Amino acid sequence: MNIKLRNNTFKQLLWIGMAGISMFFAGLTSAVIVRSAERGWDTFVLPEYFWCSTVVIIFSSILLVLSKRKVKRGVSPTPYIFSTLILGLFFAYFQFKGWGQLILEGRYFVGPGSNPASSFLYVLTFAHLIHVLGGIISLIVVTIKSSQKKYTKEDHLGIELISIYWHFLDVLWVYLFIFLLFSLK
Amino acid sequence: MSDHHNETFISKYIFSLDHKMIAKQFLITGMFMGVVGMLMSILFRLQLSNPGESFAILEWFLGDKWAPGGVLDPNMYLALVTMHGTILIFWVLTAGLTGTFANFLIPLQIGARDMASGFINMLSYWFFFAATVVLLISLFVETGPASAGWTIYPPLSALPQAIPGSGLGQDLWLISMTLFIVSSLLGGLNYIVTILNLRTKGMSMSRLPLTMWALLIVAILGVLSFPVLLSASLLLIFDRSFGTSFYLSDIVIGGEALHHTGGSPILFEHLFWFLGHPEVYIILLPALGIVSEIISVNSRKPIFGYKAMVISLIAIAFLSFIVWGHHMFITGMDPFLGSVFTFTTLLIAIPSAVKVFNYLATLWRASIRFTPAMLFAIGFVSTFITGGLTGLILGDSALDINVHDTYFVVGHFHIVMGLSAIYGMFAGVYHWFPKMYGRMMNKKLGYFHFWVTFISAYGVFFPMHFLGLAGLPRRYYTNSAFPMFDGLSDINEIITFFAILGGVVQLLFIFNFFYSIFKGTKATENPWRSNTLEWTTPIERIHGNWPGKIPSVHRWAYDYSKPGSDKDFIPQTEPLKEGETEH
Repeated sequence: MNIKLRNNTFKQLLWIGMAGISMFFAGLTSAVIVRSAERGWDTFVLPEYFWCSTVVIIFSSILLVLSKRKVKRGVSPTPYIFSTLILGLFFAYFQFKGWGQLILEGRYFVGPGSNPASSFLYVLTFAHLIHVLGGIISLIVVTIKSSQKKYTKEDHLGIELISIYWHFLDVLWVYLFIFLLFSLK
Repeated sequence: MSDHHNETFISKYIFSLDHKMIAKQFLITGMFMGVVGMLMSILFRLQLSNPGESFAILEWFLGDKWAPGGVLDPNMYLALVTMHGTILIFWVLTAGLTGTFANFLIPLQIGARDMASGFINMLSYWFFFAATVVLLISLFVETGPASAGWTIYPPLSALPQAIPGSGLGQDLWLISMTLFIVSSLLGGLNYIVTILNLRTKGMSMSRLPLTMWALLIVAILGVLSFPVLLSASLLLIFDRSFGTSFYLSDIVIGGEALHHTGGSPILFEHLFWFLGHPEVYIILLPALGIVSEIISVNSRKPIFGYKAMVISLIAIAFLSFIVWGHHMFITGMDPFLGSVFTFTTLLIAIPSAVKVFNYLATLWRASIRFTPAMLFAIGFVSTFITGGLTGLILGDSALDINVHDTYFVVGHFHIVMGLSAIYGMFAGVYHWFPKMYGRMMNKKLGYFHFWVTFISAYGVFFPMHFLGLAGLPRRYYTNSAFPMFDGLSDINEIITFFAILGGVVQLLFIFNFFYSIFKGTKATENPWRSNTLEWTTPIERIHGNWPGKIPSVHRWAYDYSKPGSDKDFIPQTEPLKEGETEH
């Protein structure tokens, strides 16, 4: 299989996989829409930490754009990919802090203090974080490979794939964040 | 390119990366599960035809716990119905059908060495195998397998304490289904990418055989709809195991009020049927593709209306996403919304009618070869019509309400979806067996298999429409407790007779299948004189499919009995003659 065909094949695999992931979240968010229209739907303000997560993940995406530009110019992209990885870890940290804030406010995932609204919030954000963990593992692999100078100007499929996936996670989070802001208002 | 000589027993037969071997793994596993699912149906049919009577076979299979004194336990009845539906729909007609023919045919018919990723392909099978093992284990747990129906509606599926089958059996069902979904997604990703990227030179999309179009669209349907079932299952698992209230509210069991508040079981139905209806077409479309190929080959005529066939496949797939509400007409749905779903549902009749018309037009005045594969393909057309017609009744909310949850529905979906798809699968096995195993299946046994299956299948499912019109509800353990249904017991006995007959004759098919693998007449390279690329591969099966260069394609797959040609088929590899126009 030549490089162009291989790249196209892997990119398509990723795009189709992301279409599937999108449908998974579409299922969950449409469930929120149906459920929120009925009685007993709690309303509350999203934790401030989720705002921090949003800023962090958008910034991390920008770094990946820069890393792709660097590798195309033949410059090492490792610092940018590594910085994205660190921001990814910060994103995960802020998500945990956000859940902690929710618990302090008495909004639980399950049990007598819970409500479908808070349960959905945990499910959506947790499911997203699971996908982010997949991205973080990929970033670790790409960072190592990049530091070993395995990516060239002509062939840097790993960076392209993680860029696509990470941008997808970014857009997905922004969608979920805005969606939750309005659904829980 | 061929590296089959480096293979060990394990890499060739167990953890194989070769699409042909993976296809056989799917087929054999699907056949095994088909026998298990069919046996279950015979067991619960005995109860339905002779309620409360003792049968030694029930006690022999189910033991004293689930069939004390040979009488089927009500909880086991529900479990058998649930597992029968689950196994037939997912294990046989989804993985068994698509897994077999997508894996076997895609690289061979598009002209590729293998799938885009042999490793993902192998993973797809082994996730399926793991799902199979978990599902089979659930048959042996103390509280019995899942019993909430293949649709696993909450609250029955969400409360472990509801009935025995809601316990560990339901947990294992959910684990098994999660593994199954992963398998389907991995397979689907591979099928799409392979068809889009690895077609040989000259194999444009407009030259793809209809089997390829069908399998491509099915893969897209699966990738877009199975994740929604996964999201529904995830919420169900949280309700079951963590105590959330997504689907549960205000429930009292055994005098104890549960803490769940604010959930809605209707929400689950919406999510479930968003997958559930496309699933009908995930089952049906591969059969449509297979049948299109077989009818054309054995009619010795081009398929009538190739473009219309492709467009109708796409239309059916698109519409399948916007009709799920017709499964929920009696859930208190707003009548206006009901009319919208009625409209979208009835629209499916248009592309379906296009397909039927084109099949009939292909058969019209053809030199038909009645091979066993062709008989099953024609049988498919028959069941697609009869089952489709009753679909018009169920798709209309005003009519559906009268027969909802009766045997009318059971008769309808078994004919249009179950029989059609299984006929497509049988047709495919008989047709491609020579390419799979290098030998022919016994024709006479094939004819006998077809006719007894055809007669007994109609014998089972056609009378069910009358049971449904008389009001007999589906899923009930016994019909004898209601005097209004006493007059229907004869029909139930007839149905059970045909169910047993139809079940027994499948053993003949299984015998023919395995006997022919070892003792069948040796096949020639292209026994059906077919145009598609798979028949240009050597009889000796090799990893890589073609020993030298992959052949190029110069024409579509349906040049049969083309005027001006000295033979009645022109393979896709044959260049156009000077002055010859492509179809």
